[in-house]
Amino acid sequence: MGRIEKAFARAENPAFIGFTVAGDPDKTTCIRIARALIKGGTDILELGVPFSDPVADGPTIQKADERALMAQTTPDTVFEIVREIRKESDVPIVFLTYYNIVFRRGIETFYREAHDAGADGILIADMPVEESEEICTIAPRYGIDPVFLVSQTTSDKRIGKIAAKAQGYLYLVSVLGVTGVRDQVSDGAIDLLNRVRRHTSLPLAIGFGISTPAQAQTCARAGADGVIVGSAIVEIVERNLKDPDVMEHELTEYVSSMKKALIGDYPV
Amino acid sequence: MTPKGRYGKYGGQYVAESLMSALIELESAYANVSADPQFATALADLQAEYAGRKTPLTFCPNASGELGCKIYLKREDLVHGGSHKLNNTLGQALLAKQMGKKRLIAETGAGQHGVATAIVGAALGIPVEIYMGEVDTQRQALNVFRMELMGAKVITVRSGTRTLKDAINEALRDWVANVRDTYYLIGSVVGPHPYPLMVRNFQSVIGREAREQVMKKEGQLPDAVVACVGGGSNAIGIFYPFLSDDVELIGVEAGGEGITTGRHSATLCAGDAGVLHGTLSYLLQDEHGQVLPTHSISAGLDYPGVGPEHAMLRDNRRVAYAAVNDTEVLDAFRFLSKTEGIIPALESAHAVAYVMQNAGRFDKDDIVIINLSGRGDKDVAEVAALKV
Repeated sequence: MGRIEKAFARAENPAFIGFTVAGDPDKTTCIRIARALIKGGTDILELGVPFSDPVADGPTIQKADERALMAQTTPDTVFEIVREIRKESDVPIVFLTYYNIVFRRGIETFYREAHDAGADGILIADMPVEESEEICTIAPRYGIDPVFLVSQTTSDKRIGKIAAKAQGYLYLVSVLGVTGVRDQVSDGAIDLLNRVRRHTSLPLAIGFGISTPAQAQTCARAGADGVIVGSAIVEIVERNLKDPDVMEHELTEYVSSMKKALIGDYPV
Repeated sequence: MTPKGRYGKYGGQYVAESLMSALIELESAYANVSADPQFATALADLQAEYAGRKTPLTFCPNASGELGCKIYLKREDLVHGGSHKLNNTLGQALLAKQMGKKRLIAETGAGQHGVATAIVGAALGIPVEIYMGEVDTQRQALNVFRMELMGAKVITVRSGTRTLKDAINEALRDWVANVRDTYYLIGSVVGPHPYPLMVRNFQSVIGREAREQVMKKEGQLPDAVVACVGGGSNAIGIFYPFLSDDVELIGVEAGGEGITTGRHSATLCAGDAGVLHGTLSYLLQDEHGQVLPTHSISAGLDYPGVGPEHAMLRDNRRVAYAAVNDTEVLDAFRFLSKTEGIIPALESAHAVAYVMQNAGRFDKDDIVIINLSGRGDKDVAEVAALKV
């Protein structure tokens, strides 16, 4: 059983999946950020591989990508960050990347290096299931779970195809649009959760726009197996760039509050 | 071409999941109109009565004398709006209307595609929003005014390099958020399938006309057809009907300040395989796959990618790709204005510059067709300000 599967299997409550951009604002601080997220109780850590043209992301994560690239982050840096985290934690690590980064390195090379560094899953934001034959052949050779997105506009037929290829969990996109903080969990997200549930026994995690304990609780009550938070975490990073100690503290506090909400003992 | 939108190994649909349903819907709607004679008639009618097709194939006696071969210009500068871009926007806007879409969005670099989209929006009664990089809104201020005059909303993009690439990024983000009722009208043969196919088919009217016209005037095929390549829509439009002929086809990229300086947009000459904006093609990128900033004197060619069909035609050598630099382009801009009284767009002046640089290759009786993809009025203020 891989780390991702184990994380969902042992969790009594929905998993908290925290995202940060690898190398934002630099390698050393990013490792501190990861540590703070893990300390707060993050069940799965998603690391964004920075890209010059992150079209699925909103301005918050785009700016984080720019900061990471300014700090000369490359895939090598990303793998080094994973190695550092692995020295102290067994938390499952999933890369979120755009395809050109993987393609440029060589698909097989990228997956091998990801595995060697200690990563567990890879989600390629601009890789629909139709184009995924090669990565789905290569990923299992290195014990990497191919994670896929499902959106409100995905047809039932395609949900079936995606669920057949995906491993680890399915990433349900809660909104029509790019990443970024929103006020509420849309009804569409809950409908999507129910619709996908009919097709698969894979864990289902809801992401895009989730930032508050109340939203996390809504997802938990609707039966989600996990909630994914990205932009809200990156906003904490952005707000505290000048003071990493405060940044670490706020991140840990934030994740703890979200975890409490997922357990159900948060006064919403 | 294989069924999944591939040109050799290039092409494909590398987009976020949220856009897949829209692409599937678009593929099917396009297949329907392609087989529909009523759609063909409606489009042909608009092309003739509204856009002003067919455009002339103009023989240039003065330029021919100077360059030592028979120069013809395919006059896409005379299409309504001032460039070939309307050929595509008319087709796609008719399709959008048929699909019941309530809103058109588009990206623009030089502003010509934005203008062509604003035109069809006004003509067909569909609201239009145009994404344009801040750098381009400054160097093409006249086109911003034209778009707004025709009722389009121009959204200035301040992220990234603030040029065409980032305008496309923002348009894609808008499309993801509004995918159910919005039609993304891409202006070149780039992006995910079916865009490269659709745009090529709508633009190949250029080559069909040119082939017929040169046969009528000269009784033979041309020796060479030359066109500028940014994304590559005017080039593929004129090349496509000549692909099976024994005709030399030359695509001219923006060499900017020179390929060795790194400040250029010559994707096929200096890039290699990569994935951007939904398609696998050639790309200007660093060793880690980050997309590089580009440069060209012409905003319309200032793009780090290129259409996937061009990538295939480069690899199989059916088309030769070359680059000319900014100063050569300015010389060509002035040369054609002075010799023929035709001011070319800076984009199209790249094709003219190539023929000037390579005139020695052609004999007196050789027939060379240059695709004059747009007129240069939009560039006059910028060139005047250069004072070189």
